[in-house]
Amino acid sequence: MPLTSDNSSRWWLPGLIALIILVLMTGLPLAALLFSATDVAPTEVFSNNYFRRVIWFSFYQAVLSASLSVGLAIPVAQALSREQIFPGRKLLINLYSLSLVIPTLVAIFGIVAVFGRTGWLNSITGTLGFNPFSIYGLSGILIAHVFFNMPLATRVLIQSLDNIPNEQWRLATQLRMGGLAQFRFVEWPAMRRQIVGLFMLIFTLCFTSFTIVLTLGGGPRATTVEVAIYQALRFDFDINIAVSLAIVQLVFCVALLLVSALFKQQSPLGFGHQAPDSLFRPASGYRWLNALIIVVASLFVSLPLVGLFISAVNPATIKVLLHANTIKASINTVIIALVASGISVVMGIGLLISSRHIRIRYGKHRLGQWIQQAGNIILVMPPVVLGTGLFLLLRNVADVFSIALVLAILINSLMALPFVLRILDGPLMQAAEQHDRLIQSLGIHGWSRWRLLDWPLVRKPLGFAMAISATLAAGDLSAIALFGSERALTLPLLLFQRMGSYRFHEAAATAALLLAVCLILFLALQALANGRTDRGNYADT
Amino acid sequence: MITSFRRTATISLTVALCLVALPSHAAKTLTVYTYESFTSEWGPGPVIKTAFEKQCDCTLDFVAIDSSAGILNRVQLEGKSSKADVVLGLDYNLMALAQDTGLLTESGTDLSAVKLPVDWTSDVFVPFDYGHFAFVYDTKVLAEPPTSLEELVNAPDDLKIIIQDPRTSTPGLGLMLWVKAVYGDKAADAWEKLQPKILTVTKGWSEAYFSLFLNGEAPMVLSYDTSPGYHMAVDKTEQYQAAAFDEGHYLQIEVAALLKSSPNQELGQSFLQFMLSKEAQAALPLTNVMYPSTDIGDALPPEFSKLIKPTKSLLLDTNTVRDNRKAWINEWLDAAN
Repeated sequence: MPLTSDNSSRWWLPGLIALIILVLMTGLPLAALLFSATDVAPTEVFSNNYFRRVIWFSFYQAVLSASLSVGLAIPVAQALSREQIFPGRKLLINLYSLSLVIPTLVAIFGIVAVFGRTGWLNSITGTLGFNPFSIYGLSGILIAHVFFNMPLATRVLIQSLDNIPNEQWRLATQLRMGGLAQFRFVEWPAMRRQIVGLFMLIFTLCFTSFTIVLTLGGGPRATTVEVAIYQALRFDFDINIAVSLAIVQLVFCVALLLVSALFKQQSPLGFGHQAPDSLFRPASGYRWLNALIIVVASLFVSLPLVGLFISAVNPATIKVLLHANTIKASINTVIIALVASGISVVMGIGLLISSRHIRIRYGKHRLGQWIQQAGNIILVMPPVVLGTGLFLLLRNVADVFSIALVLAILINSLMALPFVLRILDGPLMQAAEQHDRLIQSLGIHGWSRWRLLDWPLVRKPLGFAMAISATLAAGDLSAIALFGSERALTLPLLLFQRMGSYRFHEAAATAALLLAVCLILFLALQALANGRTDRGNYADT
Repeated sequence: MITSFRRTATISLTVALCLVALPSHAAKTLTVYTYESFTSEWGPGPVIKTAFEKQCDCTLDFVAIDSSAGILNRVQLEGKSSKADVVLGLDYNLMALAQDTGLLTESGTDLSAVKLPVDWTSDVFVPFDYGHFAFVYDTKVLAEPPTSLEELVNAPDDLKIIIQDPRTSTPGLGLMLWVKAVYGDKAADAWEKLQPKILTVTKGWSEAYFSLFLNGEAPMVLSYDTSPGYHMAVDKTEQYQAAAFDEGHYLQIEVAALLKSSPNQELGQSFLQFMLSKEAQAALPLTNVMYPSTDIGDALPPEFSKLIKPTKSLLLDTNTVRDNRKAWINEWLDAAN
């Protein structure tokens, strides 16, 4: 933004530009798709036996996944809340946050290493004479969904348990309440408020689940609408079916969002849970039961990671890491992550600066919220559909092999946007609320306002937003799955191919490399933003 | 801090833009889209590339697509901007579908040497090898394999087989058509009976064969009557054999074709002709493990004479397949899962 004599009236510019980009990036591809479709009939999807079953399965597995995740999170959160002091508690709770940044495919690989055909579980049950357990199909999908969502639910529930006022615990102790009574009168009322919201959130995430269902779905037996869209394009290049299914999915998603909006909740995507400083909560309940629950839950969450690291070191490792394709894919992955994260953060800040102005200066809170909501559009739009539209648009102007990478950048920048908005909204609002009158009286605006007042306050969250969005982009498969080729490889795509051809050793090394790249990106970007610098530190002094 | 951040962003953007803008103008490159196992180090790709480049004064560039059915979809997705000059590895069954896209053009190839179990009439597609689909079994695990499709369908459910998805893989499609050719309207019933025996449905042939079957995951896998030829000639083992079925075996003819949008029409034509030359044809039996589509006499490995001789070659008309494929696949999705 150039510094001009009167740019206080330019508050709308960043948001407008971001909105225009959003509209172009979603509207144009949709138009391109509708233009190439000849016969879009969403209702016909329902008259097809197979698609009816796909829709049914999408709901069925999402209900099961959400119930299991929330249902299991309740005892785990309870046990962790009842045992406030034990070595490694903090580490464990941090491990539960990891599922947000760990690439889906990497986790799937770890899950296969533990529960798969030749995994640990089967070798144990095999020696005991049980039939081998197959991870491909509903069971694998459920395990993976619970792996990702149970920790999420647990963190939210612990937070609400930790927010219970100390007086209640004192009272409970004085009344000599047993474990059951504590649950009934203290813990359950605190958790109950979160449960419906959590269920809806996890249901929506699982309903649109792509990577997990694609890899563990085991052929056409277990397919969701999201995967069926991919298959319609990938197997038949059938744009009509793909668009019809996308419309069906869109309708369901919007309905789900509306329903979950009815249940107000604390943001389950909130980051960095901090327990209150002086939480008074003596250990309670059956201590052995608490310990058992904590151990089992910890094993469930950590074993796949351990499995990944153990299998990553194998005879093929060096060869795989030095393979030309691996190197190509790593470079592409880092480029995609950095550029996507950059675009996402810039768009996010653009939307927030304008929406903040509307909210604070004009008091139009609702309108400001809506502008921000525009950034969440990707939540209801299947990335594969968006990608196909973009591909059709770009194929005439760009090199067909490189389009895949551009698509990955654009789509991932959209997919990270909801996270960026959530992370930066608070700090940017806070910066404005604290200084807005001062700013107005001093006449600071535009670039100098950003540099002097916003930057010091948002620098750390900004680094976090960059780190999260880069990590998400680096680990994403959904944007590249359809368009990637030998000539446009990313690490997730390579991992997907190597897993798909059951090349276990090669896949293990690739998964570990992808995880390493994600961790480095995550730490480096945060360090970069937190790094000591002479500039923009006025607020600290 | 800000500057370094800005620099990083600028560099990343520049790199990304370069990736889009970089044209690849090596003089005379023939780009061939094919399936993955064709280009692998043990596949025919490297042999064909060396031999053709020796005579063409060009670069032959294979682009591997993850499955054979994927080749056609990829070209459709890319449309007129596709880089492919030639597509290689489509199947007879997909020919009508491929021709309907309007992306292909006449091959301009002399097909007089072609010798197949059926007469060849297409002037767009060049058949470069063929084989029959067959279930290959491990003789160490399965002493007495089924002797007919009917026997397999009615076999006890603990006989596990691995098959491929007809939507992604030509053997998968082949089996679907095989069942259709044998059972007609009762195909769905046959699939329902077969269903409990299917250990898994893979996306492509190579993961079913190499990763699962050869690792002992199941005693039988859908493959080709020619597969044992490789094991006998290269691995020197008779452990893996094809089960001969009384109803006859469904035929696969692998074809290549030239793209209308290709700027290298002449080079493409000479490549298609080269695929029928004795040099290329002789390389196929032990690299692609198929029968060559021309008579190469003594160049055919002697082990190929020990293979099963299908009593009947089954093949549905490619137009029939095109008109019914979707309905049949839906029927398969419904019954086999």
